[in-house]
Amino acid sequence: MTEAASARAIAVAKELDRIMRSDRGRLLSILAAGFRDLSLAEEALQDASVSALSHWSRTGPPQSPQGWLLTVARRKALDKVRASGRDTKKVQELTVLIAREETEPEDIPDERLRLIFACCHPALEMKSRLALTLRSVCGVTTPEIARLFLDEEPTMGQRISRAKAKIAKAGIRFEVPEPEHWAARLDAVLTTIYLIFTTGYVAGPGEARDLCGEAEFLIRLVNDLRPDEPEIEGALAMMLLTGARRAARIDSKGASVPPAEQDRSLWDHARIDEGRTVLTRAIQRREPGPFQIKAAIADCQMAEGGPDWAQIAGLYHALYRYEATPVIMLNAAVAVAEVGDLAAALATVESLAAELCDYQPWHAARAALLAEAGRPKDAAASYKQAIALAPGQAEALFLERRLAALRQ
Amino acid sequence: MQYMMLMYNDPALEPAYGTPEFQEMMGGFFAANDRMKADGVLVSGEGLQGVETATTLRIKAGKVETMDGPFAETREHLGGFYVIDVPDLDAALKYAAMIPSAHFGAVEVRPLMDYNPAG
Repeated sequence: MTEAASARAIAVAKELDRIMRSDRGRLLSILAAGFRDLSLAEEALQDASVSALSHWSRTGPPQSPQGWLLTVARRKALDKVRASGRDTKKVQELTVLIAREETEPEDIPDERLRLIFACCHPALEMKSRLALTLRSVCGVTTPEIARLFLDEEPTMGQRISRAKAKIAKAGIRFEVPEPEHWAARLDAVLTTIYLIFTTGYVAGPGEARDLCGEAEFLIRLVNDLRPDEPEIEGALAMMLLTGARRAARIDSKGASVPPAEQDRSLWDHARIDEGRTVLTRAIQRREPGPFQIKAAIADCQMAEGGPDWAQIAGLYHALYRYEATPVIMLNAAVAVAEVGDLAAALATVESLAAELCDYQPWHAARAALLAEAGRPKDAAASYKQAIALAPGQAEALFLERRLAALRQ
Repeated sequence: MQYMMLMYNDPALEPAYGTPEFQEMMGGFFAANDRMKADGVLVSGEGLQGVETATTLRIKAGKVETMDGPFAETREHLGGFYVIDVPDLDAALKYAAMIPSAHFGAVEVRPLMDYNPAG
């Protein structure tokens, strides 16, 4: 290879890398929707990018590199299906698809919403939804996903392939659902993105691929592709308002800090402002929903002069109408205690004992209420149980401090 | 795509014959049948006699062995099925939700194998 040729090859590799970074999700969603097969789409796109390296090095990048990649990927997919010799119906479909593309518009539509709805389909197990969405839409690699979810790499790889195979074989379509299914399916998408967010929030920002960042990318994407949906805006606002407190949630000693005691100078005020603007816009649409309520709770945690517990209590009761879970009841009780009705709060907490006896926050909340009620012995016993169940060092440290304060 | 909707339920939880609940359930089945026929998606569907009528057969070392009773030792048994032809899983799930026994049992939705993809 001459020097000029190798310089060109490097430039082409860089350009291709840039396109794959920025447009992989878009290209993949178009291919997957056409093939109705995510694995085939991924393999074909991979083959197309290998082929791009050699072709573009000779001739230079084409006028529309994305269009080129799509065309070549479709032909590669046809070759693959033909070579397998089994699925003649698929061969026919792909032939039709390729014939149709000759008349396709120049600018490539953004079909990522279809890909997101397929990856977050309620017929898939929750963890598979998280993994598949991160892999396909965000382009996070399987080893990275395995690490983020504390799984072995082969286990995670199998989980992702199983989910892709189910999409193809069970007939999960790459479509934005019809109005009759819209609300339920949107909720599945938002819940998936929210779980990606909370997984990252608990893990902290140490990882190379930050799940909070990926979740924010996803929710912004969904909000761009389907504007004016109050629940999407609610989910975005909730992630912004919760994410704004991230730097303040662990103190210098490594203990977790509840919002009421956090150093407010560490809060991200740009995020808070954006979150409040988005939430206000959502609420003005007058179609309340669980994500808007959760965002409002996050907002009330950061009220001027400390959390607005009366509002928070009311909001948790409103949320209970959408999600009748003992955890929501527990959170409502904590707020009720803060407002001053300690007896009612303790009664509620005690009534949840059977359902939440393995749930660390239940023991922690109960301990705090017992301490407040002047029952330090019972409080200490509860703190000890909470410490034993603490999911991480930060929570354990926080609880140990409370326990120590009890003895003074 | 063709999907089989397999209806599983615990006979103990089923409404008893002659009760208003039984009437309601049967009404629900008739409504579901009518809807699937009207939409042109119904391929076939049958209900099975009770699990006490089941005989299970195996061939062990070339010898036919039969056993009185169902194959699986569970409380929820296969009670019937529908086969429908619809475009995708979402459509199949929509019809599955019309089956009245989903209220006290479960409906498993599975695509049929396509032995002749050239069709």
